[in-house]
Amino acid sequence: MSDFSLLDAVDRKIVDQLQGGFPVCDRPYAAAAATLGLAEAELIERLQGLLARGVLTRFGPLFQIERVGGAFVLAALEVPEADWERVNAAVNALPEVAHNYRREHRFNMWFVLATEKPEGIAAAIAKIEADTGLTVHAFPKEREYFVEMKLATRERRHG
Amino acid sequence: MDELDRRLILATQRGLPLCAQPYEALAAELGCDAATVMRRFDDMLARGVIRRIGAVPNHYAIGYTANGMSVWDVADEHVDELGERIGRLPFVTHCYRRPRHLPGWPYNLFAMLHGDSRDEVMARIAVVRSLLGDACRADDVLFSTAILKKTGLRLAA
Repeated sequence: MSDFSLLDAVDRKIVDQLQGGFPVCDRPYAAAAATLGLAEAELIERLQGLLARGVLTRFGPLFQIERVGGAFVLAALEVPEADWERVNAAVNALPEVAHNYRREHRFNMWFVLATEKPEGIAAAIAKIEADTGLTVHAFPKEREYFVEMKLATRERRHG
Repeated sequence: MDELDRRLILATQRGLPLCAQPYEALAAELGCDAATVMRRFDDMLARGVIRRIGAVPNHYAIGYTANGMSVWDVADEHVDELGERIGRLPFVTHCYRRPRHLPGWPYNLFAMLHGDSRDEVMARIAVVRSLLGDACRADDVLFSTAILKKTGLRLAA
C-alpha cells in the first residue's frame, strides 16, 4: 500500500480528473494530458508510477457486464477468525471474485462476484461453499438507485 | 456477446495499454484496425457496457481510510422513493435495494459512504437516518478494515 502523503499536486490532479472521460481517439493520452496541462509522456509515466505504487488499482475501461448478459452479485461469509487465512485464499483464488473486503461484523467477508453469464454466479457460490465449508449469503441487487464510484483525493489530516 | 467486444473486454479488463496509441496497440493485438477498435469502444460507452474509461483508485491510498457500508431496514412501501433520495446525496457512491436475510439480517437498503475518519462517516450516517425518518426500523454500518482483493471483472479467455 502506498503512502498517501507521497501524492504530489500532479498525482492528485490526475487521480481527481481522470476517473472518467478518457478519450477514444488516436492519441488519447496526448489529449488527456493537454487538458491536465501535462505532456503525453509525462502522463503515461505518472500513470505507470501510480499503478506501481498501488494508488491506482487499474487504468482503463470499467465494464458493466450486466449490459451484455453477465451478472454481478454481492455476497458475504461469516468466517471463523481461526480460519481466516485459509478462507481468504480460497475465495480470492476464484477469478469470479472481483472485489473482496474485510468488514467489522458477524458477516466479516464481503465480496462481489462478476460472471459472464448469470448461471456463473450459482457455480461460483457452489465452488466457494465447497472450498471453504461455509455458507455463502448472496445479496443480489433488486434495484440500483445510484452508482458513481468517483472520489476526489483527500487532504492529509494530522492529529 | 459479440465476439470482438468480448475479445476487447478480455484484452482491456486488466487495463488499457500505457502507450501513446493504445487503441492502435489493441488493434494490432486483435488483428483488426484502430478505427474498428475505437468504434467498438464508443459503441460500448454509448450502450453502457463500459461505464467509464479512466483511473480506478485504491480509495485507502487517496485518503478514504473510513469506508462504511451502511445498511437500513426500510419499510417496503417507501424503500424505492427513499432509495432514490439517498442515492442523490453527494457523499453516497453506491445505493442499492437488496434482499433481507431474516431473521439475522433485516436490512434491505445499502448505501456506501466514504470519509477520512469514522466520525465523518458517522456524521453522514446521521444525515441518512434523518432523511429516512420513521420509515427506517433499524440500521447498522459495516466498516471495512482491509481490501482483500480489488481486481475488478476477470472474464476467462
